[in-house]
Amino acid sequence: MKRVNAIVVGAGAAGGIVAKELSAAGLSVVLLERGKWYTANDCRKDDLRNQRTTVLGNAFGPEDDGNPRVVVDPDGGPQIFLPSDGGYQNNAACVGGGTLSYGAMAWRYMPEDFRMRSTYGAPAGSSLEDWPISYDDLEPYYEKAEYEIGISGDDSGNPFHGPRRRPLPMPPLPPNREFQILEPAAKRLGLHPFPIPMARNSVPYNGRGPCMRCRWCCGFACEVNAKNGSQNTVIPVALATGNCELRTECVAKEILTDDRGHARGVAYYDADGRLQEQLSDFVVVSACAIESSRLLLNSRSRLFPNGLGNRHDQVGRNLQGHHYTGAIGFFDFDTYDDVGPGASIAICDYNHGTPGLCGGGLLANEFIRLPIQMVDRMPGNTPRWGLKHKQAMRNFYKRNIVVMGPTQQIPSADARVTLDPTVRDKWGMPVARISGNVHPQTYEIGFVQAQRAEAWLKEAGAASTVISAAVSRTVYSGQHQAGTCRMGNDPQGSVVNRNCQLHDVDNVFVIDSSVHVTNGGFNPALTIMAIAYFASAALVRDWKGTGFRS
Amino acid sequence: MRLTRRQFVAAGAIGGVALAVGCTARNHKDWDFLSDGQALALAALCDRIVPADDFPSASQAGVVSYIDRQLARTYKRHRNTYRDGLEQADAISRERFGRDLTALSAPQQVEIVGAIERQNRKFFELVRSHTLEGYYGSPRHGGNRDAVSWRMLGLAEPPVLGRAQYDPRRGPAS
Repeated sequence: MKRVNAIVVGAGAAGGIVAKELSAAGLSVVLLERGKWYTANDCRKDDLRNQRTTVLGNAFGPEDDGNPRVVVDPDGGPQIFLPSDGGYQNNAACVGGGTLSYGAMAWRYMPEDFRMRSTYGAPAGSSLEDWPISYDDLEPYYEKAEYEIGISGDDSGNPFHGPRRRPLPMPPLPPNREFQILEPAAKRLGLHPFPIPMARNSVPYNGRGPCMRCRWCCGFACEVNAKNGSQNTVIPVALATGNCELRTECVAKEILTDDRGHARGVAYYDADGRLQEQLSDFVVVSACAIESSRLLLNSRSRLFPNGLGNRHDQVGRNLQGHHYTGAIGFFDFDTYDDVGPGASIAICDYNHGTPGLCGGGLLANEFIRLPIQMVDRMPGNTPRWGLKHKQAMRNFYKRNIVVMGPTQQIPSADARVTLDPTVRDKWGMPVARISGNVHPQTYEIGFVQAQRAEAWLKEAGAASTVISAAVSRTVYSGQHQAGTCRMGNDPQGSVVNRNCQLHDVDNVFVIDSSVHVTNGGFNPALTIMAIAYFASAALVRDWKGTGFRS
Repeated sequence: MRLTRRQFVAAGAIGGVALAVGCTARNHKDWDFLSDGQALALAALCDRIVPADDFPSASQAGVVSYIDRQLARTYKRHRNTYRDGLEQADAISRERFGRDLTALSAPQQVEIVGAIERQNRKFFELVRSHTLEGYYGSPRHGGNRDAVSWRMLGLAEPPVLGRAQYDPRRGPAS
């Protein structure tokens, strides 16, 4: 195979953007993706088989067959999970990655989110740290992501966001009924509600039409292609340059290195299961936090016996996601209007500033609940089965609102991805093993957030409420997984520098949520995209045709 | 003796399992995994988890078809739990009431489901989850016949279609 300038591993939120930025700058790129290129026709509104309810499997990968992971329970020991098990902490495996089927909230982190240690001090036992870059460094790239990917919304009513030069390119979708119920209640409480920014067309944009407001959104591919991910924005642009080749169903095995300690390419299994070697000038790893760290750890050689970039045992540490907590309110009037995507209103009043605790998170109403998603969300005294359960479904399906949010997890170096010593995937490579937990303060503030959600629902007229703030015994990172290849200035305490370049190997980059030092109290997609633009800009700037300017 | 689904429905009616003939099977295959006896016992359990009111019960809405189909596919790993659990349910029924589960009255069957919930948690949780999936999930998998639960909850059905205009009930088997 012809040697190329760059191999990008993973065609998700970050990888798609990196491929586009590099190929548009004239570099030759091979974009490897372990999954397929799906459309809405491959999902077909199947509420038992999508990326959110996976009882019959994931619609957008990976398959249950041959892709296990191990999660270590502090009491039960290591347990094997399949991709359709909740404990697996899956994101997706397809062109577009999570952005094909996500709910598409498109948040900027707040300036404080990049300075968590300076703002709060690190709680004992945590690995809370500042980012080596600031909100101001990322701001132009947030804007670029908002315009190139396509974001609708209006955050002029949110006094807590960082400075922005331009408003969002599209107006928000018209409010649904939950918005209309929750907005005045939030205002009565002195809060600052506003429409959620979404990577979803509210008006024609980028050559595609607007959202049709159906109920099949979060977890599904969009039937009218109005939800914006890398698969329908940057990846087609990358391919149109003629400089980028997308290879689907290709699973990276390891990054190959030469005897001087430079990467020389990637070994991968192609769609037919044959081992291939693609050579390149440099390698970009964009496989999402768990798989990116696994690929580095699996890239062992004489010079890198513990894996690439892992000289100081940092790869895989600080795994984090979000601690979702909140409350469900039951009303004696209809709150459901069957107008998607459902999630519509948010507050950022509680992202920071809780006395004695670090961080916090946004609170927002939840995406539309399909009936199967309601069966375990009943008023507190409802039996779990029988006629009373059925009648509660009938009474409350259209009369409930869920308010919850991604509480910032306080990272810990013990929450980590390692390689499992025995379990292999179907290609024979060691699988990811997840162990340890985030700092306990995570769960304290998660409970406070749930109480705040409950208060909002009560003010909105909920007749009864149930709080949801379960404490996990092992780190639960899920679709928002981040942190495993921390960005930092100190090579002993981080994996990549501020430009997402490995401290150890100057022609290997990790560009995805792995580099997040902390994960904000927000859905991370837009920040992943902004970092991809930021790092791509540095990469193109520093690339001299044969090596990197130092 | 192998029964067709139509005969199964008839047998169920004789056995006291309330099955509306109007909702009988649309295709006349045998079960993919369950034996006829297991299917009847499972129908009895499912119908206590989602009983009939003015809308159909679980088995009337095709939940047994849903579970049977999945036990032959995605839920192969749960086959032993089902086999043993259904046997246990019958054993408890005979011990308490001297009759098979399917021959019991509805309140007696409720008691058996409660006993299973306490004595075989793993099996109970599977049957509960799978019954709710079959009843409230997409009709494409064999349950929720004619989208009856969605209509019960007041959801507009069929749903809004977009540009692709595919039939959301059809698609890759799973």
